[in-house]
Amino acid sequence: MSAILEIQGLSVAYRPHRHRPPVPAVRDISLSIGRGETVAVVGESGSGKSTLAAAVLGLLPGTGAVTGGSITVAGKPVTGASERALRDLRGRVVALIPQDPTVTLNPTRRIGPQVAESVRRRQPEVPKRSVDAEVLAALSAAGLENPELRARQYPHELSGGLRQRVLIAAGLAGEPELLIADEPTSALDVTVQKRILDHLDRLVAGRGIALLLITHDLGVAADRADRVVVMRSGEVVESGPAATVLGSPQHEYTKELLRAAPGFSVTVREAGERTPEPILQLERLTKDYALPGGGNFRALDEVTLQVPKGQTLGLVGESGSGKTTALRSALGLITPTAGRIRFDGQDITDLGWRQLRPLRRRFQLVHQNPFAALDPRFSVEQTIGEPLVSFRVGDRTTRRRRVHELLDAVGLPRDFAGRRPAELSGGQRQRVAIARALSLEPDLLLLDEPVSALDVRVQEQILNLLTTLQNDLGLSYLFVSHDLAVVAGLAHRVAVLRGGRLVEEGPTAEVFSNPQSEYTQELLSAIAGRSPREHAGTTS
Amino acid sequence: MTSVKWLTSSTARYLAGRVLQAVIVLWAVYTVTFGILYLLPSDPVELQLAAANVQVDELSPAELAAAKQQYGLDQPLATQYFDQLGGLLRGDFGQSISLHRPVGELLAERLPSTLALGATAIGLALVLGGTLAYLAAYVRVAWLKTVLNRLPAVGVSLPPFFVGLLLIQVFAFELGWFPATGTQGASSLVLPAITMAVPTAAMLAQVLTRSLDDQLAEPYVATAAARGLSRQYVQARHALRNALLPTLTLLGLLLGATVTEAVVAETVFSRPGVGQMAQQAVLAQDVPLVQAIVVLAAAVFVVINLLIDLVYPLFDPRITHTPRVS
Repeated sequence: MSAILEIQGLSVAYRPHRHRPPVPAVRDISLSIGRGETVAVVGESGSGKSTLAAAVLGLLPGTGAVTGGSITVAGKPVTGASERALRDLRGRVVALIPQDPTVTLNPTRRIGPQVAESVRRRQPEVPKRSVDAEVLAALSAAGLENPELRARQYPHELSGGLRQRVLIAAGLAGEPELLIADEPTSALDVTVQKRILDHLDRLVAGRGIALLLITHDLGVAADRADRVVVMRSGEVVESGPAATVLGSPQHEYTKELLRAAPGFSVTVREAGERTPEPILQLERLTKDYALPGGGNFRALDEVTLQVPKGQTLGLVGESGSGKTTALRSALGLITPTAGRIRFDGQDITDLGWRQLRPLRRRFQLVHQNPFAALDPRFSVEQTIGEPLVSFRVGDRTTRRRRVHELLDAVGLPRDFAGRRPAELSGGQRQRVAIARALSLEPDLLLLDEPVSALDVRVQEQILNLLTTLQNDLGLSYLFVSHDLAVVAGLAHRVAVLRGGRLVEEGPTAEVFSNPQSEYTQELLSAIAGRSPREHAGTTS
Repeated sequence: MTSVKWLTSSTARYLAGRVLQAVIVLWAVYTVTFGILYLLPSDPVELQLAAANVQVDELSPAELAAAKQQYGLDQPLATQYFDQLGGLLRGDFGQSISLHRPVGELLAERLPSTLALGATAIGLALVLGGTLAYLAAYVRVAWLKTVLNRLPAVGVSLPPFFVGLLLIQVFAFELGWFPATGTQGASSLVLPAITMAVPTAAMLAQVLTRSLDDQLAEPYVATAAARGLSRQYVQARHALRNALLPTLTLLGLLLGATVTEAVVAETVFSRPGVGQMAQQAVLAQDVPLVQAIVVLAAAVFVVINLLIDLVYPLFDPRITHTPRVS
C-alpha cells in the first residue's frame, strides 16, 4: 500500500455537555495521501479542518471523539489505538507543525531542549551523546542561522518567523513520514510567509515526506499542493488535483471562495483623474522612542502622507514598519517627535485632549480585532449608541432611530439591536464596530487591519460594505493593512512603509503594475495564488 | 561587554529600589502601629500602669508624673516616636511592661521555636499542596478527579483552632502518638505543624490545580504531546513550571502570614513561641512587646516577598528586572 495516510468515512463529534446531543465537527470524510505527496485541506473557520488534523494525531481535545470511520497511518490504525501505540506514531511517523508560533512553544523552556524532545524519539538510532549535534543540525536545516545561539534562547527572544522555523525543526527532527502543517504561516507577515512555505516545500520534497497542509488560504493551497480538498461545515464539498479544483471548480462554494480570495482576483481601484483636497495630512512625521540605556528607536522617519477627501489611502507594511505608529499619531494618541498633522486644513499636532475632542467626532477608528473591540456586556444598541451618549447627541428616541439607521446601513437586521457580541459572528461584529464608528457622521474612518481576523468570504463582504458606504456617504478612509491584495480593491492610492520609512506612494493601479521599490515588488510577489506551481502528472 | 555591564548596573539599581521600598513599608508599619497603640483610644499611661497592675486612681499627681517619666511618657509625642524609632534602628526594642525584661531578649528566646515550627509547616504545606494539585491535574478517572478537586475547599474552610483541637483529641489523647503540648523533641512539632499546614496547603493546591489545568489546555502542551511525549513528561516538564508562576505569588503571601498563623497553633498547643507571646502581650496590653511583634511579622512578610520577587526570573525567563533592548 503506497498511501501513508488513509482516512475512510471519518466522523468526529464534540460533546460539550453530557446531557446534550453531540455536535458533529467532521462528517464522513475520506482522504488518502501517498508518500511524498502534498495535499491541502482548505476551509473557513468552523469547517472542521483543524479537527481533522487533531484526529489524525489521535489528539482530539477534551470532549471530542471519533464517532465513525477509520484513520490509518503507515498501515497502523489510529482510531481505537491505545495511548501507547499512538505515542509511538506521534513524532516518528506523523509530526505536527502547529498554527500560531507565538503560543505553541513552551515559554519557559529553551529552544534546544524543546527540539531535543523530537530528536530523542529517534533513540537508539541517535545515541544520547549526539542529541545536541542533531538539534543544531535540525535548526540549521529549518533555515535558522546561528543555531548554537538559538538553541540557548527562549521563545520570547525570537520573532514569529524564527519561532515557526523552530517548530518546523522540531517537527522534522523526528524524521516523520507524514507532516501535518496546520495553518503554518497564517500568523506571519506575507514576505515571511512566502519564505517559510518555500523552505518547507524544499524540505518536504527533498526528504520525500508527505505533507497534509491545512489552510484557509486558497492562494497558499494553489501555490503548494498537488491535490486540494475543500471542506465546509465538516464535509468535503470538492476534491481533486489543485489545477482542476482551482482552475475549473465544480461546486458553488469553491467558486465563491475563489471569487473572495484576494490573491486570485486582484481588482485594482482606479484613482480617477484628479486627486481631491486632502482631509488628513501627515507632514514629515517622525517618532522616536527612547531606548533604555540611551539611544533612540525611530519608529517613523519623516513620513509624509495624504488622505484625499472622499477617497481611500491604503497604508501597507509588515510588523515593525511603523504603520500603527502613523495611525495612532493621526488619532492624536501619540505625540510625534517632529512633523505636523493636519485635519481638514487645521493643524492638530499640538492640540490637547480637550481641544481635540470636538474634532474627534469627525474621525473615527475601526479596530483590527472585532472580537476584542466590543464590550461583551453591551448590547448592540448600547455599543452603536455609545458615541452619541458620549457627545450628548439627541435623546433616547432619536438615538434609537439613529441606531436603526446605522444597522440598515451596515446590512444588519434591526432586531440585532438587543443582541450581545457573544451572539454575533466575526463579520457581524465588525459590522457593528463600523456602525459605531459611523454614528457621529464622521468624515474620515481610520481602519486598522479591519478584515485580517476574518475568513475570506467575510472579508470580501466587509470590503464591499466599506466601498458602498464610501460611495453613499462620501467618507474618506485611511486603510492600514499588512496585505497589498486586501488593500487593492478599496484604495485609490497606496503607500508602502518599511522600517519607519515611506518606500513607495502612488495611485494603486500604478503601484501594482509598475512598482518602483524592490520591497514593493517583493510584497507583490508574496501574494499567495499569484505563482501557481506546476502540477505536472498529478493523480488523485 | 557593554551590554553586560549595563545589565548588572541596572540590576543593582533595581535591588536598591526594592530594598528601599521594603524599608519604607516597615517604617509605615511601625508608624501605623505606634499611632494605633499610643494615640487611640485610651490614655497610654493608664494602659501601661494597668498592665503593671497599678490603678491610676490610687496615685497622687506626683506619683503619676513619676510613672510617666519612668515610661518616657512625659516627653512630647514626637520625641517618643523618634526615640523609639531610633531604638528600633539600633536593635533596641524597649522594655516589656508585663514581663519586665528587654523585648529583644524575649524575642531572641522565643524565635527559634517559632522558626522551627514555621519551617516544618511550610515544608509540609508545599509537599501536601503540591502533590494534591499534581494528582488532581493528572488523574483522569472522573470521580477521583472531582474528589481531589474538592478536597482543598474542605481544608480552607476548616478553622485552624478546630483542626488543632481535633488533632490533639485523636493523636495525643486517644492514640498517644504525639505529645499534646510543649516543645520537647521533633515529635512535638508534628501536630502544630499539621495544624498550620492544612489551610496553607489547601490554598496552594487550589491555585496550583487551577493553574495546571489552564496550562494543560495551552496549545504548546498539545504541540509537545504531538512529539510523542508521555502525559507524565508533558505535565512535569512543560506544564508544571509555567503553572508555578501564579502559585509563587500566592506562596509569598502565605509564607508571610506564618507569624500570624503561629499565634493560633502555639496557643492551642501551648508552645512558648513568638505567636503565643503575641497573644499574651495583647491580653496584657504590653504595648512595646505588641509593637515589636507586629514590626517583626511585617519584616518577615516584606523580606519573603522581596525574595520571591527576586527568584521570579529564575522561573520565568520573560520577566527580567532590567528593561531589555530588543
